[in-house]
Amino acid sequence: MVELTLPRESKIVAGRVHPKPVAAKNTKVFKIYRWDPVAGGQPRLDEYTIDLDTCGPMVLDALIKIKNEQDGTLTFRRSCREGICGSCAMNIDGTNTLACTKGIDEVCGEVKIYPLPHMEVIKDLVPDLSKIFAQYQSIKPWLRAESEITTGAECRQSETERAKLDGLWECILCFCCSTSCPSYWWNGDRYLGPAVLLQAYRWIADSRDETVGERLDDLEDPFKLYRCHTIMNCTKTCPKGLNPAQAIGSIKQLMVARKV
Amino acid sequence: MHDKDEKMQSAYGRIHGLGSAKDGTGHWWAQRVSAVALLGLGTWFVYAVLIFTAMEPVAARDWLAQPLNSILLALFTLTALYHGQLGLQVVIEDYVHTHARKYAALVLVQFVTYGAMAAVVYAIAKISLGV
Repeated sequence: MVELTLPRESKIVAGRVHPKPVAAKNTKVFKIYRWDPVAGGQPRLDEYTIDLDTCGPMVLDALIKIKNEQDGTLTFRRSCREGICGSCAMNIDGTNTLACTKGIDEVCGEVKIYPLPHMEVIKDLVPDLSKIFAQYQSIKPWLRAESEITTGAECRQSETERAKLDGLWECILCFCCSTSCPSYWWNGDRYLGPAVLLQAYRWIADSRDETVGERLDDLEDPFKLYRCHTIMNCTKTCPKGLNPAQAIGSIKQLMVARKV
Repeated sequence: MHDKDEKMQSAYGRIHGLGSAKDGTGHWWAQRVSAVALLGLGTWFVYAVLIFTAMEPVAARDWLAQPLNSILLALFTLTALYHGQLGLQVVIEDYVHTHARKYAALVLVQFVTYGAMAAVVYAIAKISLGV
């Protein structure tokens, strides 16, 4: 059955309160999920107080500051610090988003940070993404154009054809959407989830791809595609302002179009 | 699905599972079409209940026995039961993950739906045709 409460070993307990920086006037409290696979035990919520006068404006700046100055054991992924790599996706103030594009001043009161929901945790804020990347691989996320191989001619695309990829190509695979989707929480082993389906549609909508039928065949499944119940959390949470729900709706329309 | 050595299999192998069922659109489309039908039929049913409850029992029976009313009532109840079955199937697939329970629940929903459909058809036929 569906799990509405966390298993006992995953229940979060009170954590350590790290000392406040001395002489800081303008401060903000961060409560951060901590779990260490080596130490084991239950996860905890550690508290850090940040001096905002010596910290950059984004939540990622605060995380880096904590790691540099207060607690070197705090573990999280980050790379580009400008919302293009998707590494620092996490649950901040109750919403999945990118730590590098979320302003500290956007959060009222304490800033609570957890890893992406309903994913296995490797350590602290680092979720295990191997399953979701395998799902991404399964939709064959590359151009498949037979005629390019046989004729050797380049795949040309008109401006209007290219415009159909707008709102799709911008996805950075941070998986904020998939991990905000209750359907993906309950059936993530079989449902592909919004991020992977948006990517699937990105190749279906590409006029240069010649395997749309095969792509639709692969998605024709009560679980892979049809677990989407238009809950819309995906679209609400996407830090890039994309609309995965609409992409999924477009796939369903094509499914009907080739049947009736 | 949850064998002890499941983790030995690669993530790519695991997510492929049993492959695409090559099915799902029919169910989804039927759910939408029956929902659209229920918009009209449901409106008629509300109207029918309002009329019906204001009548004496014998007059209500005669009103229902009129061909159009009998047909619309049959359409409404059968479509509602069918739509309900499609919806419950989705709920079960979403939330029930124990295999035995899932199959039992899915079969039970079908049995109850078809049983109710048979009862509805019999009741309307009896009122309408007096058999």
